[in-house]
Amino acid sequence: MAKTITQEFTKGLWKEIPPFRLVLGLCPVLGVTTTMENGIGMGLATTFVLLCSNILVSSLRNIIPPKVRIACFIIIIATFVIVVELVMQAYAYRLFLKLGLFIPLIVVNCIVLGRAEAFASKNGLLPSMADGLGIGIGFTLSLASLGAIREVLGTGTFYGASVFGPSFQPFTFMIQAPGAFVCLGLMLCIMNLFEN
Amino acid sequence: MSEMGYFSIIISTIFVNNILLAKFLGQCPFLGTSKKMETAVGMAMAVIFVLVLAGSITWVIYHLFLVPFDLVYLRTIAFILVIASLVQFVELFLKKSIPALYAGLGIFLPLITTNCAVLGACVINIDEELGFMKSLVSSFGFAVGFGVALILFAGVRERITLARVPKPLQDTSIGLVTAGIIALAFFSFKGMV
Repeated sequence: MAKTITQEFTKGLWKEIPPFRLVLGLCPVLGVTTTMENGIGMGLATTFVLLCSNILVSSLRNIIPPKVRIACFIIIIATFVIVVELVMQAYAYRLFLKLGLFIPLIVVNCIVLGRAEAFASKNGLLPSMADGLGIGIGFTLSLASLGAIREVLGTGTFYGASVFGPSFQPFTFMIQAPGAFVCLGLMLCIMNLFEN
Repeated sequence: MSEMGYFSIIISTIFVNNILLAKFLGQCPFLGTSKKMETAVGMAMAVIFVLVLAGSITWVIYHLFLVPFDLVYLRTIAFILVIASLVQFVELFLKKSIPALYAGLGIFLPLITTNCAVLGACVINIDEELGFMKSLVSSFGFAVGFGVALILFAGVRERITLARVPKPLQDTSIGLVTAGIIALAFFSFKGMV
């Protein structure tokens, strides 16, 4: 492959930024982004799983038999998800309670499995690490920005600090379930607008 | 949820806590298979079939193996393995014994392994500490809720393909906004149970 490590890393930040370019792994994107803090926490947890599973899948790619590769990938991913789950329970219990169900669900996040299958199982260790880190950081950025927009409009705070002062009437629609869909749809629309 | 009667669990899981529109699980198939009514119905049927089975089997695994042997922290890996092998098993079984149903569900069965609605509903049932029958009913309700929302959404989306949508809004973007409006309709069920 002619691509350099830097290109593998930076493609995750704009060209293939999930979940906008690759419409995958939407469940945590919609579910946890009621505040920016949740978004960043979820993004970092996913980045860790993505990086570790890419490293392991890439180093084992010549050993894993092709017929059972998906099952092997899922076991590798599930192992790291359990690691994240236990570490968060020990050191970030408040965030763990807030993210709740979505931590174990990183196992079935299509982005993680998708990168293992489409990239790490075909490429060497360093490019896979760069790819995992790039896509992970891109995912964190998307979650943080969606979380920030929803938090500012829905509760009038930015990362917990008040923005508009006490007289602000919050636009509660944004932090409810329907607002998540509409907000993500409109962000996608704005991104398409810039593309053209 | 554990004190509710069977009927309230069904209403709660289908409408109030709809797995797609209120819990945000299973979004990939929700957006991926909703462009045509046919695929939406196929996916809905496959999910109902697998989720009811997975809900009961994961309950048994959790309460008969993981809890007595103090292995609760292995829940995630155990459940995903159970679901993956269950899907494979169901696929083989249907292929041999009920070929008509197998042809109907077709490619949707393997896709269910990575459908987080299935794993999510099983984890919710365990977290809510439901008994066996109640978790069976709740799995069924979640699956029906998934089907109802998916089929409704596919119906709306089929009509949208006929409309002239501004270019940047096309496809996924307008799909998400539509989903938001449907979610708003489901939102009004809140407080019913």
